[in-house]
Amino acid sequence: MKALKVLILVLFAAVLIYAAGDLPYRGDPDNLMHAERSITNTQVKGSYFIQNAYRDARTPNMVTVVLGDYRSIDTFGEQVVIYTAGLIALLVLRRTRTIRRRLEE
Amino acid sequence: MLDFFTGHYAYWFTILLLCIGVYGILFKKNLIKKTIGLAILQISVVLYFVAIASKWDATVPVLDPNIPVDQVANYLNPLPHTLMLTAIVVGVATLGVAFTLLISVYNRYETLDEQELIDKIQ
Amino acid sequence: MRRQFDSPIVLLGARLLSPYIMVFGWYVIFHGHYSPGGGFQGGALLAASILLMRVAGGRRVSRLQIREFATTPLAIIGVFIYFATGLTAMAMGGYFLDYEMLPLPGLDPPSLRYYGILIIEVGIGLAVMAILIMIFDNMVKGEDYA
Repeated sequence: MKALKVLILVLFAAVLIYAAGDLPYRGDPDNLMHAERSITNTQVKGSYFIQNAYRDARTPNMVTVVLGDYRSIDTFGEQVVIYTAGLIALLVLRRTRTIRRRLEE
Repeated sequence: MLDFFTGHYAYWFTILLLCIGVYGILFKKNLIKKTIGLAILQISVVLYFVAIASKWDATVPVLDPNIPVDQVANYLNPLPHTLMLTAIVVGVATLGVAFTLLISVYNRYETLDEQELIDKIQ
Repeated sequence: MRRQFDSPIVLLGARLLSPYIMVFGWYVIFHGHYSPGGGFQGGALLAASILLMRVAGGRRVSRLQIREFATTPLAIIGVFIYFATGLTAMAMGGYFLDYEMLPLPGLDPPSLRYYGILIIEVGIGLAVMAILIMIFDNMVKGEDYA
Protein backbone atom coordinates (compact mmCIF):
# COMPACT_ATOMS: atom_id res chain seq x y z
CA MET A 1 0.00 0.00 0.00
CA LYS A 2 2.81 2.36 0.86
CA ALA A 3 4.69 1.39 -2.31
CA LEU A 4 1.60 2.28 -4.33
CA LYS A 5 1.45 5.70 -2.70
CA VAL A 6 5.14 6.31 -3.44
CA LEU A 7 4.57 5.25 -7.03
CA ILE A 8 1.62 7.64 -7.37
CA LEU A 9 3.65 10.50 -5.91
CA VAL A 10 6.63 9.87 -8.20
CA LEU A 11 4.38 9.61 -11.26
CA PHE A 12 2.67 12.85 -10.22
CA ALA A 13 6.02 14.62 -9.95
CA ALA A 14 7.15 13.18 -13.29
CA VAL A 15 4.01 14.36 -15.07
CA LEU A 16 4.35 17.84 -13.58
CA ILE A 17 8.04 18.17 -14.49
CA TYR A 18 7.35 16.89 -18.02
CA ALA A 19 4.55 19.43 -18.41
CA ALA A 20 6.71 22.24 -17.00
CA GLY A 21 9.01 21.85 -20.01
CA ASP A 22 6.41 23.51 -22.22
CA LEU A 23 5.96 26.52 -19.95
CA PRO A 24 7.40 29.81 -21.20
CA TYR A 25 10.87 30.72 -19.99
CA ARG A 26 10.90 32.48 -16.65
CA GLY A 27 11.60 36.18 -17.00
CA ASP A 28 11.19 36.28 -20.76
CA PRO A 29 9.73 39.74 -21.59
CA ASP A 30 8.21 38.38 -24.81
CA ASN A 31 5.83 36.13 -22.89
CA LEU A 32 2.21 36.31 -23.90
CA MET A 33 1.17 37.31 -20.38
CA HIS A 34 3.61 40.25 -20.46
CA ALA A 35 2.63 41.51 -23.92
CA GLU A 36 0.54 44.61 -24.48
CA ARG A 37 -2.04 42.99 -26.77
CA SER A 38 -3.18 39.38 -26.49
CA ILE A 39 -3.49 37.00 -29.45
CA THR A 40 -7.13 37.99 -29.90
CA ASN A 41 -6.03 41.65 -29.97
CA THR A 42 -7.55 42.65 -26.65
CA GLN A 43 -5.77 44.62 -23.93
CA VAL A 44 -3.73 42.49 -21.50
CA LYS A 45 -4.70 43.45 -17.97
CA GLY A 46 -1.24 43.40 -16.38
CA SER A 47 0.15 45.77 -19.02
CA TYR A 48 -2.88 48.01 -18.68
CA PHE A 49 -2.28 48.27 -14.92
CA ILE A 50 1.39 49.18 -15.47
CA GLN A 51 0.58 51.90 -17.98
CA ASN A 52 -2.44 53.52 -16.36
CA ALA A 53 -2.12 53.02 -12.60
CA TYR A 54 -0.44 56.34 -11.87
CA ARG A 55 -2.71 58.26 -14.22
CA ASP A 56 -5.86 56.78 -12.68
CA ALA A 57 -5.10 56.98 -8.97
CA ARG A 58 -1.93 59.16 -8.60
CA THR A 59 -0.33 56.38 -6.55
CA PRO A 60 3.15 55.11 -7.51
CA ASN A 61 2.69 51.61 -6.09
CA MET A 62 0.85 49.67 -8.79
CA VAL A 63 0.13 46.71 -6.54
CA THR A 64 -1.77 48.98 -4.14
CA VAL A 65 -3.79 50.44 -6.99
CA VAL A 66 -4.71 47.01 -8.34
CA LEU A 67 -5.56 45.81 -4.82
CA GLY A 68 -7.57 48.81 -3.74
CA ASP A 69 -9.07 50.20 -6.90
CA TYR A 70 -9.29 47.88 -9.91
CA ARG A 71 -9.93 44.73 -7.90
CA SER A 72 -11.45 46.31 -4.80
CA ILE A 73 -14.54 44.11 -4.75
CA ASP A 74 -12.28 41.05 -4.79
CA THR A 75 -10.36 42.49 -1.82
CA PHE A 76 -13.63 43.09 -0.02
CA GLY A 77 -14.46 39.43 -0.52
CA GLU A 78 -11.10 38.41 0.89
CA GLN A 79 -11.67 40.59 3.93
CA VAL A 80 -15.05 39.00 4.52
CA VAL A 81 -13.35 35.59 4.26
CA ILE A 82 -10.80 36.38 6.99
CA TYR A 83 -13.52 37.94 9.12
CA THR A 84 -15.52 34.72 8.79
CA ALA A 85 -12.40 32.76 9.76
CA GLY A 86 -12.11 34.78 12.96
CA LEU A 87 -15.79 34.27 13.74
CA ILE A 88 -15.41 30.51 13.19
CA ALA A 89 -12.50 30.42 15.65
CA LEU A 90 -14.62 32.33 18.15
CA LEU A 91 -17.80 30.28 17.79
CA VAL A 92 -16.41 26.75 17.43
CA LEU A 93 -14.11 26.93 20.45
CA ARG A 94 -16.67 28.65 22.64
CA ARG A 95 -19.26 25.99 21.89
CA THR A 96 -17.00 23.05 22.71
CA ARG A 97 -16.01 24.65 26.01
CA THR A 98 -19.62 24.99 27.16
CA ILE A 99 -20.40 21.39 26.20
CA ARG A 100 -17.41 20.13 28.17
CA ARG A 101 -18.40 22.17 31.20
CA ARG A 102 -21.89 20.75 31.01
CA LEU A 103 -20.50 17.22 30.80
CA GLU A 104 -18.29 17.77 33.82
CA GLU A 105 -21.14 18.97 36.01
CA MET B 1 20.40 23.51 -22.98
CA LEU B 2 21.72 25.89 -20.35
CA ASP B 3 19.15 28.41 -21.51
CA PHE B 4 16.38 25.87 -20.98
CA PHE B 5 17.73 25.13 -17.50
CA THR B 6 17.89 28.75 -16.36
CA GLY B 7 14.41 29.33 -17.75
CA HIS B 8 12.79 26.43 -15.96
CA TYR B 9 14.59 25.58 -12.72
CA ALA B 10 12.27 27.81 -10.65
CA TYR B 11 9.29 25.75 -11.83
CA TRP B 12 11.05 22.53 -10.87
CA PHE B 13 11.68 23.78 -7.37
CA THR B 14 8.03 24.75 -6.90
CA ILE B 15 7.04 21.29 -8.17
CA LEU B 16 9.43 19.75 -5.63
CA LEU B 17 7.83 21.82 -2.87
CA LEU B 18 4.36 20.81 -4.05
CA CYS B 19 5.37 17.14 -3.94
CA ILE B 20 6.68 17.60 -0.38
CA GLY B 21 3.26 18.99 0.54
CA VAL B 22 1.42 16.10 -1.13
CA TYR B 23 3.79 13.69 0.66
CA GLY B 24 2.80 15.24 3.98
CA ILE B 25 -0.88 14.91 3.18
CA LEU B 26 -0.68 11.32 1.91
CA PHE B 27 1.81 9.65 4.25
CA LYS B 28 1.65 11.30 7.64
CA LYS B 29 -0.75 9.88 10.21
CA ASN B 30 -1.02 12.89 12.50
CA LEU B 31 -3.59 15.49 11.52
CA ILE B 32 -1.34 18.40 12.54
CA LYS B 33 1.35 17.12 10.17
CA LYS B 34 -1.22 16.80 7.41
CA THR B 35 -2.17 20.43 7.95
CA ILE B 36 1.47 21.48 7.76
CA GLY B 37 1.69 19.62 4.44
CA LEU B 38 -1.33 21.55 3.22
CA ALA B 39 0.39 24.84 4.13
CA ILE B 40 3.57 23.81 2.28
CA LEU B 41 1.47 22.98 -0.81
CA GLN B 42 -0.15 26.39 -0.67
CA ILE B 43 3.21 28.16 -0.37
CA SER B 44 4.44 26.28 -3.44
CA VAL B 45 1.56 27.68 -5.49
CA VAL B 46 2.34 31.19 -4.19
CA LEU B 47 5.99 30.82 -5.21
CA TYR B 48 4.95 29.57 -8.66
CA PHE B 49 2.81 32.65 -9.23
CA VAL B 50 5.62 34.96 -8.09
CA ALA B 51 8.02 33.12 -10.42
CA ILE B 52 5.90 33.59 -13.53
CA ALA B 53 5.46 37.31 -12.80
CA SER B 54 9.15 38.08 -13.27
CA LYS B 55 10.82 39.71 -16.26
CA TRP B 56 14.54 40.10 -16.81
CA ASP B 57 15.87 43.68 -16.58
CA ALA B 58 12.64 44.92 -15.03
CA THR B 59 12.15 46.77 -11.77
CA VAL B 60 9.58 46.34 -9.01
CA PRO B 61 6.04 47.58 -9.76
CA VAL B 62 6.51 50.89 -7.93
CA LEU B 63 6.61 53.87 -10.25
CA ASP B 64 10.03 55.48 -10.65
CA PRO B 65 9.86 58.86 -12.44
CA ASN B 66 13.11 58.11 -14.27
CA ILE B 67 11.81 54.91 -15.86
CA PRO B 68 9.15 55.43 -18.54
CA VAL B 69 5.90 53.61 -17.99
CA ASP B 70 5.03 53.24 -21.67
CA GLN B 71 7.44 50.36 -22.13
CA VAL B 72 5.74 47.50 -20.31
CA ALA B 73 9.00 45.54 -20.17
CA ASN B 74 10.39 48.02 -17.62
CA TYR B 75 8.14 46.88 -14.78
CA LEU B 76 7.19 43.51 -13.32
CA ASN B 77 3.66 42.29 -13.82
CA PRO B 78 1.69 43.57 -10.77
CA LEU B 79 -1.34 41.30 -11.17
CA PRO B 80 0.10 37.97 -9.84
CA HIS B 81 1.68 39.87 -6.94
CA THR B 82 -1.69 41.28 -5.96
CA LEU B 83 -3.43 37.92 -6.18
CA MET B 84 -0.78 36.24 -4.03
CA LEU B 85 -0.80 39.09 -1.50
CA THR B 86 -4.41 38.39 -0.67
CA ALA B 87 -3.92 34.63 -0.97
CA ILE B 88 -1.20 34.64 1.73
CA VAL B 89 -3.38 36.42 4.29
CA VAL B 90 -6.41 34.28 3.49
CA GLY B 91 -4.15 31.24 3.79
CA VAL B 92 -3.09 32.26 7.30
CA ALA B 93 -6.71 32.80 8.32
CA THR B 94 -7.87 29.46 6.93
CA LEU B 95 -4.91 27.76 8.62
CA GLY B 96 -6.22 29.25 11.85
CA VAL B 97 -9.62 27.73 11.10
CA ALA B 98 -7.97 24.35 10.45
CA PHE B 99 -6.16 24.43 13.77
CA THR B 100 -9.36 25.55 15.49
CA LEU B 101 -11.15 22.50 14.13
CA LEU B 102 -8.25 20.29 15.20
CA ILE B 103 -8.42 21.69 18.75
CA SER B 104 -12.14 20.99 18.74
CA VAL B 105 -11.53 17.41 17.52
CA TYR B 106 -8.91 16.87 20.20
CA ASN B 107 -11.20 18.19 22.92
CA ARG B 108 -13.81 15.66 21.94
CA TYR B 109 -11.87 12.53 20.99
CA GLU B 110 -8.57 13.04 22.90
CA THR B 111 -6.50 11.98 19.89
CA LEU B 112 -5.20 13.36 16.61
CA ASP B 113 -4.03 10.12 15.04
CA GLU B 114 -5.92 9.26 11.89
CA GLN B 115 -6.53 5.55 12.53
CA GLU B 116 -7.43 5.98 16.20
CA LEU B 117 -9.81 8.75 15.24
CA ILE B 118 -11.60 6.54 12.69
CA ASP B 119 -11.88 3.76 15.28
CA LYS B 120 -13.29 6.13 17.89
CA ILE B 121 -15.82 7.69 15.55
CA GLN B 122 -17.29 4.30 14.58
CA MET C 1 -0.81 23.28 29.78
CA ARG C 2 2.35 23.52 31.77
CA ARG C 3 3.23 26.91 33.20
CA GLN C 4 6.05 28.76 31.60
CA PHE C 5 8.55 30.39 33.90
CA ASP C 6 8.37 34.13 34.36
CA SER C 7 11.49 35.59 32.82
CA PRO C 8 12.12 39.31 33.35
CA ILE C 9 14.66 39.35 30.51
CA VAL C 10 12.16 38.03 27.96
CA LEU C 11 9.54 40.50 29.21
CA LEU C 12 11.99 43.40 29.01
CA GLY C 13 13.03 42.44 25.47
CA ALA C 14 9.42 42.15 24.36
CA ARG C 15 8.57 45.51 25.97
CA LEU C 16 11.52 47.07 24.17
CA LEU C 17 10.61 45.63 20.75
CA SER C 18 6.84 45.82 20.75
CA PRO C 19 6.31 49.62 20.31
CA TYR C 20 8.77 49.79 17.44
CA ILE C 21 7.07 46.91 15.62
CA MET C 22 3.74 48.68 16.10
CA VAL C 23 5.07 52.00 14.74
CA PHE C 24 6.56 50.14 11.79
CA GLY C 25 3.17 48.51 11.17
CA TRP C 26 1.44 51.90 10.98
CA TYR C 27 4.27 53.13 8.73
CA VAL C 28 3.75 50.18 6.38
CA ILE C 29 0.01 50.89 6.22
CA PHE C 30 0.28 54.62 5.56
CA HIS C 31 3.36 54.44 3.32
CA GLY C 32 1.86 51.68 1.20
CA HIS C 33 1.19 54.13 -1.61
CA TYR C 34 4.88 54.81 -2.17
CA SER C 35 6.69 51.61 -1.20
CA PRO C 36 5.89 47.92 -0.84
CA GLY C 37 3.26 47.67 1.87
CA GLY C 38 -0.40 48.09 2.51
CA GLY C 39 -3.20 47.03 4.75
CA PHE C 40 -2.57 43.29 4.88
CA GLN C 41 1.15 43.51 5.69
CA GLY C 42 0.71 46.38 8.15
CA GLY C 43 -2.12 44.59 9.92
CA ALA C 44 0.02 41.48 10.27
CA LEU C 45 2.81 43.60 11.80
CA LEU C 46 0.42 45.26 14.27
CA ALA C 47 -0.85 41.84 15.29
CA ALA C 48 2.77 40.66 15.66
CA SER C 49 3.57 43.45 18.11
CA ILE C 50 0.56 42.64 20.28
CA LEU C 51 1.03 38.86 20.09
CA LEU C 52 4.66 39.33 21.16
CA MET C 53 3.46 40.96 24.37
CA ARG C 54 0.86 38.22 24.84
CA VAL C 55 3.39 35.43 24.49
CA ALA C 56 6.08 37.10 26.59
CA GLY C 57 4.06 38.80 29.32
CA GLY C 58 1.09 36.52 29.78
CA ARG C 59 -2.50 37.44 30.24
CA ARG C 60 -2.00 39.78 33.21
CA VAL C 61 0.30 42.15 31.28
CA SER C 62 -1.29 41.92 27.85
CA ARG C 63 -4.76 42.74 29.14
CA LEU C 64 -3.52 46.28 29.73
CA GLN C 65 -2.75 46.66 26.03
CA ILE C 66 -5.85 45.31 24.31
CA ARG C 67 -8.52 43.23 26.01
CA GLU C 68 -9.85 39.98 24.67
CA PHE C 69 -13.42 41.15 24.19
CA ALA C 70 -12.22 44.24 22.27
CA THR C 71 -11.00 42.32 19.23
CA THR C 72 -14.42 41.40 17.81
CA PRO C 73 -15.67 45.03 17.69
CA LEU C 74 -12.34 46.09 16.12
CA ALA C 75 -12.76 43.50 13.36
CA ILE C 76 -16.32 44.66 12.76
CA ILE C 77 -15.13 48.28 12.59
CA GLY C 78 -12.46 47.32 10.05
CA VAL C 79 -14.90 45.53 7.75
CA PHE C 80 -17.45 48.31 8.25
CA ILE C 81 -14.97 51.03 7.15
CA TYR C 82 -14.46 49.18 3.86
CA PHE C 83 -18.15 48.52 3.33
CA ALA C 84 -19.20 52.05 4.30
CA THR C 85 -16.75 53.53 1.78
CA GLY C 86 -18.35 51.46 -0.97
CA LEU C 87 -21.86 52.31 0.20
CA THR C 88 -21.08 56.03 0.39
CA ALA C 89 -19.88 56.01 -3.20
CA MET C 90 -23.03 54.14 -4.15
CA ALA C 91 -25.27 56.59 -2.28
CA MET C 92 -23.65 59.54 -4.07
CA GLY C 93 -24.65 58.10 -7.44
CA GLY C 94 -21.72 55.92 -8.51
CA TYR C 95 -21.06 52.21 -8.51
CA PHE C 96 -20.11 50.20 -5.43
CA LEU C 97 -16.56 51.20 -4.38
CA ASP C 98 -16.37 53.86 -7.09
CA TYR C 99 -14.09 56.32 -5.29
CA GLU C 100 -14.76 59.17 -7.72
CA MET C 101 -18.08 59.79 -6.03
CA LEU C 102 -16.76 60.13 -2.48
CA PRO C 103 -17.96 63.39 -0.88
CA LEU C 104 -14.54 64.95 -0.28
CA PRO C 105 -14.65 68.55 -1.57
CA GLY C 106 -12.10 70.19 -3.82
CA LEU C 107 -10.31 67.15 -5.23
CA ASP C 108 -10.03 65.82 -8.77
CA PRO C 109 -10.88 62.16 -9.47
CA PRO C 110 -7.31 60.73 -9.23
CA SER C 111 -6.81 62.34 -5.82
CA LEU C 112 -10.20 61.04 -4.71
CA ARG C 113 -9.08 57.53 -5.67
CA TYR C 114 -5.84 58.12 -3.71
CA TYR C 115 -7.75 58.93 -0.52
CA GLY C 116 -10.29 56.16 -1.12
CA ILE C 117 -7.50 53.59 -1.31
CA LEU C 118 -5.98 55.04 1.89
CA ILE C 119 -9.29 54.73 3.77
CA ILE C 120 -9.85 51.11 2.81
CA GLU C 121 -6.23 50.20 3.62
CA VAL C 122 -6.77 51.44 7.19
CA GLY C 123 -9.92 49.32 7.35
CA ILE C 124 -8.07 46.24 6.09
CA GLY C 125 -5.25 46.79 8.59
CA LEU C 126 -7.62 47.05 11.56
CA ALA C 127 -9.55 43.96 10.51
CA VAL C 128 -6.46 41.81 9.90
CA MET C 129 -4.91 42.85 13.23
CA ALA C 130 -8.08 42.15 15.19
CA ILE C 131 -8.74 38.80 13.51
CA LEU C 132 -5.23 37.44 14.00
CA ILE C 133 -5.38 38.38 17.69
CA MET C 134 -8.87 36.88 17.89
CA ILE C 135 -7.71 33.53 16.50
CA PHE C 136 -4.77 33.41 18.94
CA ASP C 137 -6.92 34.36 21.94
CA ASN C 138 -9.52 31.74 21.17
CA MET C 139 -6.91 29.03 20.67
CA VAL C 140 -5.30 29.57 24.06
CA LYS C 141 -8.49 30.43 25.92
CA GLY C 142 -8.98 28.50 29.13
CA GLU C 143 -5.30 27.63 29.29
CA ASP C 144 -2.87 29.58 31.39
CA TYR C 145 -0.31 30.83 28.93
CA ALA C 146 2.64 32.24 30.87
